[in-house]
Amino acid sequence: MSARLIALAVAFVALVTVPYWMPGDYYVNVASQILLYSIFALGLNVLVGYAGLVSLGHAGLFGIAAYATAYMLQIGAGHTAAIVVALIVGMASMALFAVLSLRSTGIGFIMITLALGEILWGLAYRWISLTGGDNGISVRTRPEPFGYSLTSPNTFYYTTLIVFVLSVAAMAVFVRSPFGASLKGTRDQPRRMNALGYHVWLIRFYACLVSGLLTAVSGILFVYYTQFISPQTLALTSSAEVLLMVISGGAGTLLGPMVGAALVVVVKTVVSGFIERWNFLLGAIFVAIVILMPEGLVPGSVRLWRLAWRKLSAPAKTAATEGKP
Amino acid sequence: MTFWLVLTVNSITFGGLLFLLSAGFSLIFGLMRIPNLTHGSLFMLGAYVGATFVVGMLGFQLNFWLAAVLATLTVAACGALAERLLLRRLPGDQLAQVLVTLGLSFMAADFCLMVWGGDPLNITTPAGLGGFVRVAGVAFPAYRLAIIVIAALVAVALWLLLDRTRLGAMIRAGVDDPDMARVVGIRVSQLFTIVFALGAGLAAFAGIIGGPILSVYPGLDQDMLPLALVVVILGGTGSLLGSFVGSIIIGFIYNFGQALLPELAYFVLFMPMLLVLLLRPQGLFGRHVP
Repeated sequence: MSARLIALAVAFVALVTVPYWMPGDYYVNVASQILLYSIFALGLNVLVGYAGLVSLGHAGLFGIAAYATAYMLQIGAGHTAAIVVALIVGMASMALFAVLSLRSTGIGFIMITLALGEILWGLAYRWISLTGGDNGISVRTRPEPFGYSLTSPNTFYYTTLIVFVLSVAAMAVFVRSPFGASLKGTRDQPRRMNALGYHVWLIRFYACLVSGLLTAVSGILFVYYTQFISPQTLALTSSAEVLLMVISGGAGTLLGPMVGAALVVVVKTVVSGFIERWNFLLGAIFVAIVILMPEGLVPGSVRLWRLAWRKLSAPAKTAATEGKP
Repeated sequence: MTFWLVLTVNSITFGGLLFLLSAGFSLIFGLMRIPNLTHGSLFMLGAYVGATFVVGMLGFQLNFWLAAVLATLTVAACGALAERLLLRRLPGDQLAQVLVTLGLSFMAADFCLMVWGGDPLNITTPAGLGGFVRVAGVAFPAYRLAIIVIAALVAVALWLLLDRTRLGAMIRAGVDDPDMARVVGIRVSQLFTIVFALGAGLAAFAGIIGGPILSVYPGLDQDMLPLALVVVILGGTGSLLGSFVGSIIIGFIYNFGQALLPELAYFVLFMPMLLVLLLRPQGLFGRHVP
């Protein structure tokens, strides 16, 4: 446990001092991206990891919160109003998504969320009078909470970090809470949970809302980070990217989605510097991870580590027992 | 009046293409219980491979119909390979299989962009069908009518295959109850490969046949996959009649929606799907709830 605390402290200090040891603004921006995508991946992980419901429409929810922010700012609202409206719109869409897609689980859930995500993409792409179509909407300014301007990479990074730490803490509490336990129950044994008197549908619905809140928060951070939103953000590729973050890192773990987000963002920024074939690589990683390491990198490496540890310590143990008469 | 008539013919033509696309999707779904997310890519791949032969990118030009057959066979082989080499490794794990098809669809999309570039390819209408047919004073493009005839012929052939042959009986048994089919000695896993190849071939055929109307461009896969998905949710999985009726309905909604409510075309397109999900989750003609 103390080793864990030390690791946590080291990670925290490393995150807080990022602007001091990173070589430049570009890398600080990459770090901000990793954090905001981590929040998104944590949000999706509530459904994929803990509820056993795979959503392929989450980019639509991410995008709708981003679009709501951008639209409110475009019609002249203040930042506070824009953020509040975006949260409400994001949560309301998630609730609608949940009501429609929770009619089924498993493959049915994937298909319905995929279709709903495509509807949102289609609306963003075609409803030009509202969304600007392919041209998207630009966001001119970033907010200045209490006079603290977010225009520089460092200040934006710290704001993202605060939101990130809050989200991770909330997730840690959520996972250990009775509600988190009952959610895992509905994932593993829905019938038994029902027989025990739990309202399985309602538990899943609340899980969707938790997921929707984190998704909306990350969507708002995203639109302030890029200061631009276009239909591409809502495309199926984006939904698949965030799903890849969750699955590659390890669904159903707290650390997994963050590792996955870091991996995907780094590979994407590094790779796109050399070649344009990001989608090919994305697909290949996807196939490789699903076939070779289906549980994800974090649980996968833990398993390998334990296996190696046992192999290494096993001969020592037998020698010790032989030594005793 | 002419406007509505032309719109109707276009709708039926598009419905025919959708039927070719979604019949395979529906069969794969019915048998393997997974939505094959590469289906849009197979459509696009068929169109690109066919266009390569028709345009003569390899140094020789082929007749349109010969190119269509070649493209169909090539993509069917690709589908069979993907099923054999990748999906087969994950037996019974439907979630993993869906994710593999998703990964493959990205690889296919990027592969097409790499090989054929970002500019749309136009496929010329096959010789003899470039003109118009006059019916009661209204001119219809002959090629669109030809597509309707082709789709109807394929529908009849598929129905005969599924309803009158031994292979069809085995596929139907696999769709209804795979475990029981295995018990009575049907090699269901072999059926998976056959049905996957058949579905891939049909999608590729739809792609090349639709080429002269839709042209071939990057992103065609993402345009077609949701349509196949909607048709199958609407019609019900594993049902040929369901795909047929669903395709015609969606063909009409898509064309009329584009013409009358262009800004909300996608929204209008997905509305019937939502209604079906709410009122009849197994689809109009399906037996399983996915």
